Amino acid sequence: MLSKRIIACLDVRSGQVVKGVQFQRLRHAGDPAELARRYNVEGIDEVVVLDITATLEGRQTLAHTVHAVAAEIFLPLAVGGGIRSEEDAATVIDAGADKVSLNTAALRDPDLITSLASRYGSQAVIVAIDAKRHDERFAVYVRSGQTDAARDAVEWAREAQERGAGEILLTSMDRDGTRLGFDCQLSAAVSAAVDIPVIASGGAGTFDHFVDVFTEGRADAALAASIFHYAESSVSDLKQHLRAHDIPVRQ
Amino acid sequence: MIALVDYRAGNLTSVRKALTALGATFETPETPEALSGAAGIIVPGVGHFASTANLSDGWRRAVLARVSAGVPLLGICVGMQWLFQGSDEAPQCPGLGLLDGRCARLVGDTARRVKVPHVGWNGLELPPGSTSRLLAGVPSGSQVYFTHSYAPPVTPDCAAATIHGGTFAAAVERDGVFGVQFHPEKSSDIGLGILRNFLDECDRPR
Repeated sequence: MLSKRIIACLDVRSGQVVKGVQFQRLRHAGDPAELARRYNVEGIDEVVVLDITATLEGRQTLAHTVHAVAAEIFLPLAVGGGIRSEEDAATVIDAGADKVSLNTAALRDPDLITSLASRYGSQAVIVAIDAKRHDERFAVYVRSGQTDAARDAVEWAREAQERGAGEILLTSMDRDGTRLGFDCQLSAAVSAAVDIPVIASGGAGTFDHFVDVFTEGRADAALAASIFHYAESSVSDLKQHLRAHDIPVRQ
Repeated sequence: MIALVDYRAGNLTSVRKALTALGATFETPETPEALSGAAGIIVPGVGHFASTANLSDGWRRAVLARVSAGVPLLGICVGMQWLFQGSDEAPQCPGLGLLDGRCARLVGDTARRVKVPHVGWNGLELPPGSTSRLLAGVPSGSQVYFTHSYAPPVTPDCAAATIHGGTFAAAVERDGVFGVQFHPEKSSDIGLGILRNFLDECDRPR
């Protein structure tokens, strides 16, 4: 039976992990390769490196970071943040990424999804959707959540699949960073609309939130950052909890 | 020396990295003739079966000749599917035909939430008393990483099966011909162990 995946997200700026991090148990604070190594030992299923830098220098540092993380783990590795062209994608894939995650660029230039899928295969193309509740609908936001794209998240996910995306990375902007739990209605709505896997993101605060998103939220994978970075919860403890709730996870 | 066959189906970075970590010497031959010195051949690949058409008749003949000479061959993902007679994904492209059977699309089931493509970690079911050399030391139930929409059928060459909707061959083995539908280079320690087993096969005196 296919396991539900637990994915760790490393938000990286200038080669350092930055999101809400205390790194109490780490000697070299903020080193992405070191975090990836720890997560690998604890049984993480996949790693996402998200570049939150907007500068050209940041983009060049990113390739080094991807290379360093890829050298530590023999796990699927996805990279996102500011990938705008085939060249950007090629740079991180050549550095060791297995998948690229497109966000703003996918909406502005949907042909990029198709051209990357033809070049690398659909399994290498994730379309990331940042969604926010507008009454009963879910609106898509771009440019790091600053701009309303005037699109419906469910409808955009379906189009992304048709254009060749292999997975959807779905972030609830309402829940991101709140630790109040995933938006299960959002992930269930998108998951029901597409055949490709849906990775739910935003709001993880407790182990039960993961149980909820895999059952009620119908997610195929769940992504979290701070719950793991803080080192207050280990991936192995989370998986034990999920197993106790009859959710299939990798040992 | 292990020959890593590059036919422009995705990038080889991950496989190279895994072979390097295992201490293997490998090359990416430019011509089929260069296969003659190889102790083993790996055909990796992700993506579409049609990309195997990039392997010319010269490559096909060279691979078949080395296999006849007893050189171990490992196909990964689309590279494994190429070992069969063909795939429904690209009916116009013949496979190598080393193994009987055709690859077919996985059947999803929305009601049971079985999605296609099959992406993620799933279990390997080994037959009781398995004598597989490729999967030596791999306990039945071990989880490995898959990402694919087409898969080979379960035939007498099946060394491990996986269930996703239906049952397909996740690993095959016949004499010196090996294949895995999953990605050992992305399957953490279990995957590296499987690659190690293949390298050991290549090192065995013939």
